[in-house]
Amino acid sequence: MSAGALLSLRHLRKEYRAGQPVLKDITLDIDANGLTAIIGPSGTGKSTLIRCINRLVDPTSGEILFEGKDLAKLKGGALRAARRRVGMVFQEYNLVERLTVIENVLTGRLGYVPAWRAFLRKFPEADVTRAFDLIDAVGLNEEFATRRADKLSGGQRQRVGIARALMQEPALILADEPTSSLDPKTSVEIMELLAEVSANRHVPVVVNIHNVDLARRYATRIIGMTGGNVVYDGPPTGLTERDLAHIYGGEDFL
Amino acid sequence: MSAAEHRAARPDAFPANWTSRVAWIGLAVYTIYATSILDITWARFVTGLDNGAKFLARMFPPNMQADKLDLIATGMIESMQIAVLATFFGVLLSLPLGLAAARNLAPSWLAWSARGLIAIFRSFHPVIVSILFVKAVGFGALAGILALIVSSLGFVSKLFAEVVEEMNPKQVEAVRATGANFWNVLVMAVFPQVMARFVGLTVYQFDSNIRNSTMVGIVGGGGIGAPLFTAYQRFDYDVVLTILIIIIAIIMVAELVSGRIRRIFQ
Repeated sequence: MSAGALLSLRHLRKEYRAGQPVLKDITLDIDANGLTAIIGPSGTGKSTLIRCINRLVDPTSGEILFEGKDLAKLKGGALRAARRRVGMVFQEYNLVERLTVIENVLTGRLGYVPAWRAFLRKFPEADVTRAFDLIDAVGLNEEFATRRADKLSGGQRQRVGIARALMQEPALILADEPTSSLDPKTSVEIMELLAEVSANRHVPVVVNIHNVDLARRYATRIIGMTGGNVVYDGPPTGLTERDLAHIYGGEDFL
Repeated sequence: MSAAEHRAARPDAFPANWTSRVAWIGLAVYTIYATSILDITWARFVTGLDNGAKFLARMFPPNMQADKLDLIATGMIESMQIAVLATFFGVLLSLPLGLAAARNLAPSWLAWSARGLIAIFRSFHPVIVSILFVKAVGFGALAGILALIVSSLGFVSKLFAEVVEEMNPKQVEAVRATGANFWNVLVMAVFPQVMARFVGLTVYQFDSNIRNSTMVGIVGGGGIGAPLFTAYQRFDYDVVLTILIIIIAIIMVAELVSGRIRRIFQ
């Protein structure tokens, strides 16, 4: 493990069905800065990899070393405490549709706020202030705060999703295909926002992405996966057509 | 391969579903069989219509005497109280029972026990449950309230569990990913998704409790049922009509009110 790594995956393996690994022996270090893009064909385990990190999916074997703990071994309260440190952004935003924007952002504090307070909406004053600030920071007007999430457009929802992740004050943000449900222009805006988060707020971002151009444009590091293995790991400038052919198989699409 | 051969190799686009055909034929055969066994004839139906007309004629005009109205008002008010209290407690208890029965939230041992309990609550008609409670706690409104609590529990918690099982798991997953514990997930991810439907079920159950509360009295469970039944037995059909008109009026008002309430909790 390199000294500066925030997250270290060691021999991570995941089989949904015994004997058919989706992830085969993944070993990776993620540093405490930058935007890492994971590219690769559909069904190659990118999503599984990201979901293993915060244990939305349980790995079959291997270690997930994060802030001095092996997340793969955590359970119950310890797992929840570790999850608080990892923000997650989803392809379909996964906002609670019937809650307002600010309520959705404040769910980012649920690791710290007891249920009765959440039920009565008595969130600590500092959290509410911060939620407003974040709604501003992700490019939504403050009057959006009390609008219900199901009244928003896709791009607006994803901004709320990012604000919710930031609300956790995470040490790491995972983004699972954050732009796949968005139009090209909005996709660029969302990637820009994630790049800004990693650069200005110093929260490293790991993002699964289908769009190689966006990955090249915004990532500081690219990881290419195919068939459950990492086959490219390096700066975006080093990613050649041959690498892409290897990652996606064949050259017809280039 | 020629075109004809090619066509022959294709599967039938709309294959016969013999299971469903047999089921339909079975249903038809049973209907005919049951009709013949139960001595259901057209002649009897026609005679019945005639009797019904005579019966209706004897109901008019409705009895509006002050002492009768007083009696009816007392009974009706008690029925309403039975309906309100039974709905309140029944629905309150349905919330935890429904959550416990939802297989996507509760561990399976709990979900199956809760489902078993709900099945027991649902197996008897409220009138039969009333008879049991009248035996247990004596004549009066308490028996009716307890009986309707049981039927409310059966209906609301079963449908509430289904609503919870149909909720969007992605929203729940996202909240869980923030490190929220079970109770926080319940409050901020589950309730927002299911509460509107829960209110809808509550309102519906209130409607149906109003109807049922007029019936539990027949077996001694309190409310308007006892005066109604007495009036029938004494051939006071004009009083029966008065009571029926009032019940219909109240149910229509309840229908209107429940529609409004449902709209508020979209």
